[in-house]
Amino acid sequence: MDSASASFDSALIPEGVKRCKLKWFLLWIGILHGPVMVGVVATLMCWGLALNVTYLNNNFPFGLWIAADLGVIALGAGAFFTGFLRYILNIDELKNIVNFAVVIGIMCYAAAQAILGVDIGQPLRGWFIFWHANVHSMLTEVAFCITCYFMVLCIEYLPLILENRQINKIGFFHGMAHHLHEAMPTIAAIGVFLSFFHQGSLGGVPGVLYGRPFAFREGFLVWPWTFFLFILSAIAAGPCFTILITWITEKFARKRLVKRNVIDILARISGRLLVVYLVLKTIDTVYWVSIAGKVGAPFSSFYANHPYGYWVLVLELGILGVIPAIILLSTKARQNENLLVIACLLNCAGIFMNRWIMTVQTLVVPVMSFDKFVSYHPNWVEYASTLLYLWLGAIFISITYRYLPIFPQEKELNPL
Amino acid sequence: MFPFIFDWVSDPVHYVFMGSVYTVLISLVIILHYCAIRAFLDVICKKGKGDHNHD
Repeated sequence: MDSASASFDSALIPEGVKRCKLKWFLLWIGILHGPVMVGVVATLMCWGLALNVTYLNNNFPFGLWIAADLGVIALGAGAFFTGFLRYILNIDELKNIVNFAVVIGIMCYAAAQAILGVDIGQPLRGWFIFWHANVHSMLTEVAFCITCYFMVLCIEYLPLILENRQINKIGFFHGMAHHLHEAMPTIAAIGVFLSFFHQGSLGGVPGVLYGRPFAFREGFLVWPWTFFLFILSAIAAGPCFTILITWITEKFARKRLVKRNVIDILARISGRLLVVYLVLKTIDTVYWVSIAGKVGAPFSSFYANHPYGYWVLVLELGILGVIPAIILLSTKARQNENLLVIACLLNCAGIFMNRWIMTVQTLVVPVMSFDKFVSYHPNWVEYASTLLYLWLGAIFISITYRYLPIFPQEKELNPL
Repeated sequence: MFPFIFDWVSDPVHYVFMGSVYTVLISLVIILHYCAIRAFLDVICKKGKGDHNHD
């Protein structure tokens, strides 16, 4: 590595913080490009050879991609919810993590949109949903809200770029970053409005399937109960994902980046919301069991198809729901870093499991007497093209962490 | 999608749906322009970096 490159790199690194040498950073980015290339090949196969290279079929038009889409959107809720807590409810301590929550949000929403770009098979026709909008469809609302919210996230990310050490020297960009910070409560409020509707509408999609008793729910006005359960589960899991990624970043950076009291606030709020969600979800499940039996779809029929037995319910609500809720509610358990990380991991896995159940298991359960049970397992093309965004997200976070001042407490916690 | 070209449907649902979308988009554009104009005026008035203090 020549000295010119190294000095150019060090001039871009925020003042008062230490980063690894440029050669190690480039090696790390290079390593990540390996799995990225596998994902790119898988994506090109989907576009070039059509979706028959996947295991999606007429029984399962919704598979891994849609479950992952719903999952990352729920995990990305940490961005809007942390913004809501910081700018609308004025929880001042969260200013130390809200920037990173935005970075994670961008990563999640970019992934969701890119996965959809593969899933629709013909991305060149992706604009149809905007131009020929079916305003009665919840998915149309989701498409509009996700697109607009991604714009909001980019605007929230903009002041971080403008605060880069070199860019910030230019007076206009310095002033622009300052005024964007001032406008952030309004931008956050728009983000909350958009997120509320698209998180809910993603839950509304299975909830209005009246031909599928496993997923169908009654509700309030035009919104099935799943609409509200999806919002609640997203804001319960989103902050945990922010904590988890912060912890991973700290492990890679080998230093503390955020004070424990900030993490504790997010974990406590997440735990309380998770308990409310679990109570409402249990009530919904019990009510649904009693209603479904009366319309000729006994509870046992929902869990009669291997591998979707009763264990699914126990795992989703018990192991991935109750256990993290207990840990997150206990002050003593929260202060134990290992337990906190396990709780966050279980909570995030729980949200993925819930989204998988609401999309894939909904399609698994036969609804007609002549229907046969058909199972679905994603193939490598689906896995590789989905995991692609995990590797790209790691690259995005690495570059952002290296060059932008995203952790206001880093200097104080790690004096040079 | 736009009120001035084809495929625009004039019914209450479209007004609410598209109205919300355009409200959000117009709000974002106004916020960005407001910040850019304020920053430009700061440069014109030579407001120093020390005058900007935020978390």
